[in-house]
Amino acid sequence: MKSIILSALVALGLSFGGTAALAAGGESHIEDYAFSFEGPFGKYDQDQLQRGLQVYTEVCAACHGLRLVAFRNLGDEGGPSYGPEEVKAYAKTWDIYNAELDEDLPGKPSDKFPANTGAGAPDLSVMAKARAGFHGPYGLLFNQLTKGMGGPEYIASILTGYDGHESEQAGTTLYGNTAFPGGNISMAPPLEDGLVEYADGSKNDVVHMAQDVSAFLMWAAEPKLMARKKFGFTAFIFLTILGVLLYLTNKKLWAPIKRKDA
Amino acid sequence: MSGIPHDHYEPKSNIEKWLDARLPIVGLIYGTIMIPTPKNLNWMWIWGIVLAFCLVLQLITGIVLAMHYTPHVDMAFDSVEHIMRDVNAGWAMRYMHMNGASLFFAAVYLHIFRGLYYGSYKAPREITWIIGMLIYLAMMATAFMGYVLPWGQMSFWGATVITGLFGAIPGIGEALQTWLLGGPAVDNATLNRFFSLHYLIPFVIAALVAVHIWAFHTTGNGNPSGVEVRRGSKEEAKKDTVPFWPYYVIKDLLALVVILIIFTAIIGFMPNFLGHPDNYIQANPLVTPAHIVPEWFFLPFYAILRAFTADVMIVQITSFITGGIIDAKFFGVLAMFGSIAVMALVPWLDTSSVRSGKYRPMFKYWYWLFIIDFFVLMWCGAMPAEPPYSLISLYASYYWFGYFLIILPLLGVLEKPLPVPETIEADFDAHYPPKDADASAAK
Repeated sequence: MKSIILSALVALGLSFGGTAALAAGGESHIEDYAFSFEGPFGKYDQDQLQRGLQVYTEVCAACHGLRLVAFRNLGDEGGPSYGPEEVKAYAKTWDIYNAELDEDLPGKPSDKFPANTGAGAPDLSVMAKARAGFHGPYGLLFNQLTKGMGGPEYIASILTGYDGHESEQAGTTLYGNTAFPGGNISMAPPLEDGLVEYADGSKNDVVHMAQDVSAFLMWAAEPKLMARKKFGFTAFIFLTILGVLLYLTNKKLWAPIKRKDA
Repeated sequence: MSGIPHDHYEPKSNIEKWLDARLPIVGLIYGTIMIPTPKNLNWMWIWGIVLAFCLVLQLITGIVLAMHYTPHVDMAFDSVEHIMRDVNAGWAMRYMHMNGASLFFAAVYLHIFRGLYYGSYKAPREITWIIGMLIYLAMMATAFMGYVLPWGQMSFWGATVITGLFGAIPGIGEALQTWLLGGPAVDNATLNRFFSLHYLIPFVIAALVAVHIWAFHTTGNGNPSGVEVRRGSKEEAKKDTVPFWPYYVIKDLLALVVILIIFTAIIGFMPNFLGHPDNYIQANPLVTPAHIVPEWFFLPFYAILRAFTADVMIVQITSFITGGIIDAKFFGVLAMFGSIAVMALVPWLDTSSVRSGKYRPMFKYWYWLFIIDFFVLMWCGAMPAEPPYSLISLYASYYWFGYFLIILPLLGVLEKPLPVPETIEADFDAHYPPKDADASAAK
């Protein structure tokens, strides 16, 4: 019994130790937006991913690349799930540089989104995993399980966090932002109400567009999220059954040694 | 192989005799898995199997990952993302490998703490302990180099900070650091050699594990009572032990499956929990992250490294005596390696004649304070190096050294141990009374 308490204590300590590594953070405010893919049962919302792709294409792509994502991925199950013809048509709207011919050609599904380093804007391929929205050691274990690290929340909070304040520093205009560490960001407010016209007529105010594109970027960063959760459940079910069988086997096996009735 | 008297493998059929005369491998396997094992082992004795599982898991996933990974500064980050996106089940391999390292270290710490509580390191098991410490050091080297391979920001800056430690060695430091890195700074040459060594050292670990098992199969397993198995005769030994197969194999597998439920849940539902978001940003030598934090399992030693700053008196005295050769930076490096060295020397620092902490009334309190100290250091290692954390780290580091260098040697002299059971059988019977003795009392 004592050893069980010991292991439990140490395990608890280890988990707190792990969370402590993430404890250092700024004072910026991250809005806890609700996303469909949170928690063990969460799934990507196909319509939202398609809307997010539209926001990315029409707005973000002007400055930000998405170089690790291939057009063909847009047809993957669990993602935006476009049909093959739609993916082909979408890829064609992009000009992809071909090094052998030294010229731009219309994109193919096997091509990746181009990198875009012109404006000095970071690539967004894994951005949703490269930022943590939630800090603090307390309850983070539970937080992680139900909400994740808060990457998409961080992105959405940046997009909605502009306070209208502008300042100038070393010749660059900085924009006040309640979510950005330090409070000033060099990206001009990219969204405004009604900027993107959704085909399905969904709400297109800044808050909704910000959430849509953040969900899309989460998918871009973790396209196998659905397969991963399925693995989690499958492993849980089979290991639990195996565990019960082993428990019973172990009990019966040891019963004569421990002088108990099997 | 085992020193405890037990039945040996007898080849019966002609083919068995033929093989046994040429290569006694069946006998070796038989002797290894049928080893008489104390029957009073508790659940803290399961970590060995968990660790063996971790080693195999890391080897298999690692070898598959190496088939798709490219150790080049311009391609490493993208090749990891290629594994995550395009390789069949690549994401599972990568997340298992990444979190497998954490499981490996969680298990090794529990295994070490088990040993420290039950005095597993005491004679005649010093060699087992020393080999174990070598495995632990090799694990740390492997994990550190593995963390560099994805070539994220923490990879790069972690490598820069840790290899910088070697630069603190007086005289040869700078030359040594350049030699280790293969250049003046962490770059492609560093990434290449780290990949090579990250692939190599696990096989060294596997060899050390074999020696570790060989050593304790010679001395026999320890056990919670700290009393040795009686070796007078086979019959006597049988009263204290059960064969490893099937009794402990099934018990250990049960424990392993319970741990795997937690492990696969982390992979399935929060695989980046123990990672750092900055490592999803490609390494950039021009941008230093706000906080450079090692992985959680290095944090206690990172705290000890940073605890001894130039304003600490013992550092100033040492610096004065050595004429400045041992400055604050080098002192910190010595303290960090020293903290593991004192742990490795514990067989000779613990003077108590009683092996198991169960029968040591004073030791218990100091031991649990030591465990708390470990987590305090871990927490400090994650915090920025500023007050009050710097002061807490310092006192926690003092306790770490004090525990091994002062408390353990003194306790053996000062403490009056409780009576120890006569035999393992007696200890076991106290928990599971024989039926004929109190058949009526039980009802």
